[in-house]
Amino acid sequence: MSRERIFASVREALSVNGKDRARERAVAERLAQPPRHPSDASGAPVPPAELAVRFKAHLQRLGADPIEIAREDEIPSAIANYLSALGLPLRLRRGSGGPLAALPWETVPALAVETGPALAGDTAGLSHAIAGVAETGTLVLASGPDSPVTLAFLPETHIVVLNAGAIVSRYEEALPMVLASCGGHVPRTVNLVTGASRTGDIGGKIVMGAHGPRRLAVLIYRAAAEPADPISA
Amino acid sequence: MTDRATFDAAVAAALADAPLQRALADVPAGFVAGRRRARAELPGFERLRRTARDIRDHTLAHLDLYLEAFEANAAKAGSEVHWASDGEDARRIILDICRKADARVVTKSKSMVSEEIELREHLAKASLDVVETDLGEYLVQIRNERPSHIIAPAIHLRVSDVADAFRAQHPHLPADRDLETPEAMIAEARDVLREKFLSADVGITGANFLVAETGSAIIVTNEGNADLTMSLPKVHIVLTSIDKVVPTFADAWPLLRLLARSATGQALSAYTTIVTGPRRPGDGEGPEACHIVILDNGRTELLASDMRPVLRCIRCGACMNHCPVYCSIGGHAYGSVYPGPIGAVLTPALAGPGATAHLAEASTFCGRCEEVCPVEIPLVSMLRKWRTRDFSRPASRRSRVLLRAWAFLAARPRAYRVAARLGARTLAALGGSRGRLQRAPFASAWTRYRDLPAPEGRTFQEQWASRRRTE
Repeated sequence: MSRERIFASVREALSVNGKDRARERAVAERLAQPPRHPSDASGAPVPPAELAVRFKAHLQRLGADPIEIAREDEIPSAIANYLSALGLPLRLRRGSGGPLAALPWETVPALAVETGPALAGDTAGLSHAIAGVAETGTLVLASGPDSPVTLAFLPETHIVVLNAGAIVSRYEEALPMVLASCGGHVPRTVNLVTGASRTGDIGGKIVMGAHGPRRLAVLIYRAAAEPADPISA
Repeated sequence: MTDRATFDAAVAAALADAPLQRALADVPAGFVAGRRRARAELPGFERLRRTARDIRDHTLAHLDLYLEAFEANAAKAGSEVHWASDGEDARRIILDICRKADARVVTKSKSMVSEEIELREHLAKASLDVVETDLGEYLVQIRNERPSHIIAPAIHLRVSDVADAFRAQHPHLPADRDLETPEAMIAEARDVLREKFLSADVGITGANFLVAETGSAIIVTNEGNADLTMSLPKVHIVLTSIDKVVPTFADAWPLLRLLARSATGQALSAYTTIVTGPRRPGDGEGPEACHIVILDNGRTELLASDMRPVLRCIRCGACMNHCPVYCSIGGHAYGSVYPGPIGAVLTPALAGPGATAHLAEASTFCGRCEEVCPVEIPLVSMLRKWRTRDFSRPASRRSRVLLRAWAFLAARPRAYRVAARLGARTLAALGGSRGRLQRAPFASAWTRYRDLPAPEGRTFQEQWASRRRTE
């Protein structure tokens, strides 16, 4: 009923019958081979070392806390230090399995780590990012058992782990990385996170922590196999 | 009262509303300055606008095929796609889904399409507890108002208005609690709405874009409320319209690069979420069902008309932020779901012409809306088209008579010169030594707010002729 009516109206409006081969081909080609629109950003490709610098600068401007660490196995202690410096409970929830499960959590016994999707009382959620996008300081998260989406929205503190080698210049480069990490499928949600939750709806003043997290910390590490060039500016 | 008379009265009331005027005075410093800064920081911004326009035009020209592709891919991802010709269809579909889910509590994130079909009001009539979760929308809901801006629904409210509304709405909290600052009120709203998020049976979101290549919806917020709305209840409903589809992600990125920059001046809103279907095996969270309701409601008529470019709109609100009329009267005076220049163009098409075509008068034709539109909608010429259509209506008889009188004179140069001379001399005499008129025949609407500068006594043609003689 409505479906037929809408499609008939669209085709009438466009003066087409839906069987025009040239139109079908144009659409099939666009879907099979997405266009490469001109990059707005700064034109020239960004050198890899510069990517992390830009990414970090954006995070700082967004009011997020970038924390650089030398090695992956320092993540648990860096998290404990971050939480205790802010006087927050030494509690955390992460997904089950995935790269975060392999970290040496037992080295920081004071930090209580639970797994699974977020629950109402959780104070901090930990996610791992598939990519970081330098053009806006955006983290790219893919939902799944190892990275439940609720961890990014229910707790007041959101902590994200990011491999410095996964920082790319544009959104266009990040999506193929998501597909690669999810076996070629689009996960239920891909979350592009650019700073913590905020609102300007009361009196026009920007206030953090509207519904989602009040603060966002990003732990940027370098995977052991990669060359250890400095990532700080 | 006629619609036009209602509109005129609303405008007069808005101009006399001092708190509203103070709230509107902040728009240039906030959104306008923010956009200017964001534009300056993105080299190639103007080229990006042309790219965005072309993406939208290509999609609209192949709309049937992209909607079919979207439907097929969304089904593959496990979503159920529903089509709604009008608001009644959409409301029935959504109410059915809520009933089947035995829903009592429904959370909602911001959706202008839902405002268009008055979804919240209709679901509430069916005894559902429907809660707006965007803070601005929540404020508008508890005050029984409509949004006055498409991205900042409560822009007309002062901090003290919000405190009053919270005290009335949240009687279970201590009466003497501190509600002095926005921070205190946001913390309170967070707690109240958190309860709703956790108890909701159905979550309804809008969509900023639909992506045909994967059957995904893209949903943008700064608060993260859409994410809690779509991830906690057992059913997620996306309510959107046929014009929101884009072919691929490659086509979505340029539009996303423009959206927040044009709206608030952010490079990207805090949360841009791509959602594709219900929960996957092993997820352990997320809705068991995902429904996508796609509405027409007059859009195919726009597609068929010479106003098709209006359907490029990505709902950033830049046109209203930059509109001298919107910034003088605010959103409520328009009396339409979509205010500002885009509202004046879009609303008559959605409501049926006649009812709101007079909104096209709410423009000075200065063209700032067009200059800032991220998808280059020729808003001024669209407004002019509505004025032309409105002109042939019986209600426009007076302006038709006056314009015909002017046309009669303009086609007869000698008579025109005599009339112009007479008019100029008379007004100059009335203006006296001050050269200004405090009251003028047929122009009381003008002189009520300011003086009319009087002509100096000689017409343009007379001055032109005398200058040529002296040269």
